Amino acid sequence: MTGDWSFWLREHKSTLLAFAGFAVMFSIYAANHPAGLNANVATTAANKGVLLAIVAMAQTLVVLTSGIDLSVGMVMVLANCLASSIVVGSPLMTALGVLGVLLVGCLCGAINGLIVIYGRLQPIVTTIATGSIYYGAALALRRVPGGDVDSTLADALTGQLPGGVPASLGLLLALVLIVWLPFRRSAIGRAAYAIGSSEVAAYMSGVPIRRAKFVAYTLSGLLAAVAGLFLTCITYSGEASAANGSTYTLYSIAAVVLGGVSLFGGSGSAIGAIFGALMFRTIGDLLFVFNVEPLWQPLFQGLVLMAAICLGAARLLRIRNRLDLYG
Amino acid sequence: MAEAPAPSDRNASVRRHVDPAIASAFGCIVAVLLIGSLYSSSFLSPDYLLQQLKVASFLGVIATGMMIVILLGQIDLSVPWVVAVGGMMATAATGWGAFGQAIAIPVGIACGVALGLVSGCGVAFLRIPSMVVTLAVNAVAQGLMVVHTGGFSPQDSSSPAMRFLATGDSVLGIPNALLVWAAVGGMAVFLLTRTTFGRAVYAIGNRERAAYLSGARTRLVVMTAFAISGGLSAFGGVLLAGYASKAAQAMGDPYLLPAIAAVVLGGTSILGGRGNYLGTVAGVILITLLQSMLSVMQIEEYGRHVIYGVVIVAMLLIYGRGRRHSD
Repeated sequence: MTGDWSFWLREHKSTLLAFAGFAVMFSIYAANHPAGLNANVATTAANKGVLLAIVAMAQTLVVLTSGIDLSVGMVMVLANCLASSIVVGSPLMTALGVLGVLLVGCLCGAINGLIVIYGRLQPIVTTIATGSIYYGAALALRRVPGGDVDSTLADALTGQLPGGVPASLGLLLALVLIVWLPFRRSAIGRAAYAIGSSEVAAYMSGVPIRRAKFVAYTLSGLLAAVAGLFLTCITYSGEASAANGSTYTLYSIAAVVLGGVSLFGGSGSAIGAIFGALMFRTIGDLLFVFNVEPLWQPLFQGLVLMAAICLGAARLLRIRNRLDLYG
Repeated sequence: MAEAPAPSDRNASVRRHVDPAIASAFGCIVAVLLIGSLYSSSFLSPDYLLQQLKVASFLGVIATGMMIVILLGQIDLSVPWVVAVGGMMATAATGWGAFGQAIAIPVGIACGVALGLVSGCGVAFLRIPSMVVTLAVNAVAQGLMVVHTGGFSPQDSSSPAMRFLATGDSVLGIPNALLVWAAVGGMAVFLLTRTTFGRAVYAIGNRERAAYLSGARTRLVVMTAFAISGGLSAFGGVLLAGYASKAAQAMGDPYLLPAIAAVVLGGTSILGGRGNYLGTVAGVILITLLQSMLSVMQIEEYGRHVIYGVVIVAMLLIYGRGRRHSD
C-alpha cells in the first residue's frame, strides 16, 4: 500500500507543488485583504483567475504533445468577438450562439492540428501564422469594441452559486470533469503523453499519433473558445484586441510552466496548469493588497515570475554527470 | 551509373549550392512585386523600393539576432520590450546633455546586451527552456521601463546621431539605415561562417550533446548568442527611436512575430542547426514588402492579417515541411 502512495505522489508531484504554491499565496492574499475574504472578494478573484486557468488548460493539451499553441489568445479573442454578436436574444438563440462559438473554437483548433499533422510544419510557426488569421477574423467581426451578451447567461457564469461559492469555479470544475479527465483517461490522452515523451518511440509502438494530436489541438481550440465566451460574460462586450490576445498567450505559457507541465511535453497535467494560472493571478493581486505602488507592479510580477521559473532549475542539483543535461 | 554525363554534374553542383528555400523566398519577392506592379507601376520605382529597404532595415537588424538564437535551436521572445528598452534608454541618455548624446547609442545597446545575458544565463546554466526565460526577461524589462517612465511616454527625444543613422541618406541616396543593416548582416555572416563561434552555433543547433563532447564551450556560445540577440534587438529599438524621433512603450510589439516569421520564411529551421543568412534577408524583405503593399492597396486591416497568415502557412507548406516518420 505504501508503494502505491509513493508512486502516486511521484506522479502528481508537480501538480501538488503547484497547488501548494497557490494555497500559500492565496492564504497570504486572503489574510491581508482589507475587506477580508467575503463572497464578493472571492468571486472577483475567481473570475479573473478562472479565465486564465481555462486558457492555460487549452495550452496544456498542446504542450503535452511537445507542441506549443501561440494562437490560443487569438482564438479566445475571436470567440469573444463572435460571442458578443451571436450569444444574445431568446434562450434558444443564446444556446445556439454558445454552440456556434464552441464550434468555431473547435474549428480553429482543428485547422492548427491539420496543418501540424499533415503539413508537417512546426507548431510554433504554424500557430503564429494561424493566430494572425484568427485575429483578422476577429477584427472583421468587430472593428470597434461593442456588442452584447445574454445577461442571464453572463450573470449565471460570473455570479455566485447558492452558498456564496463563485460560479466560475463551478465552470472550471465542469471543464475538468467533461474535457480533461475523459481525455486523460482515454487511450487518445495516453497517446498524447506518449508523443510528448518520444514521438519516434510512440510511432514505432503503433500509437495513434495523428488522432491524438488532432484531438489535443481541437480540444485546445474548444477550451480557448470557452475562455472567450467567459471573457464576454465578464466584460459584456467584444473587443478585437491584439494586446489582449498576445498577453493571454504569453501568460498561458507562464501558467503552464508554474503548474509543473514540461514544455518538452509528456509530463504534467491540466490541473497543475490551473493552479499555476491561479497562482500567477494571485501574485498580481498580492501586490495590490500590500499597497505596492501601481507603477512597480509589472516589475514585481516579472521578478516573481523569474524567481518561480528559476526554482525549476533545482533539478540540476540532482544531476551528477554534465552530459545528462544535454538530452 | 558509372559514366555520369558531365553537364548534369555541373547542374547538380549548382543545385547543391542554391538552397531551394532561399530560391523560393526570392521567387516570392519577385512574384509579390509583379503582382503589385499590376496594381500600380509605382511599386517598381526605385524610390519605393529604396524606401521599403529602409523600413526593412529595422526588422532586418532585429531578425539577425533572432536568427542566431534560432540556429541554436532556441527562441527569443523578449524582443518586444528589449526593443523598447534600447529605444528608451538611448533617448534617456540623450537627455543627459552633450556627453549623454555621444553615448546614447552604446547605452541603448548595452542595456539590451545585459538583458540578453540574463536570458543566456538562464538557458546556458539553469537549463530553463528559452521560451520561458525570455518571456520572463520580457516581463522584467517591461516592469523596468514602466518604472523608468513613470507610466507616461518619455519626454526625451532621440539624439541627432540616432536620427542620422535611421533617417539620413548618404552617397547615391542610399539610406543610412540600409547601410547599417548591411554592416550588421556582414558581421553576422562573418561570425556564422568564418569563426569557431559560428561553427559552434550550428553544431549546438544540430546536437548540443555532440557539440559539448567535441569540445565546444557550449555555455559560453549560448550566452554570447543571447547577448548578441539582445544587443541587436536594442539596436533595432535605437534605430526605431531615431526614425520616429522618440521612443514609446509599445514600440517593439509589432516586431516579435515578423522577426520569427522572416527567419523561418528564409529557410532557417526552427529546430536549429540549419539556415543561411541570405534566406533571412529574403524573409525580411518579403515580409516588409507584403505588409507595405497590403496597406498601399488599402486592403482593410483584418484582410491584411488574414493574408499575412495565409501567405506564411502557404509558403512554408511549399518548402518548409518536416520529415515523415517513415523516413
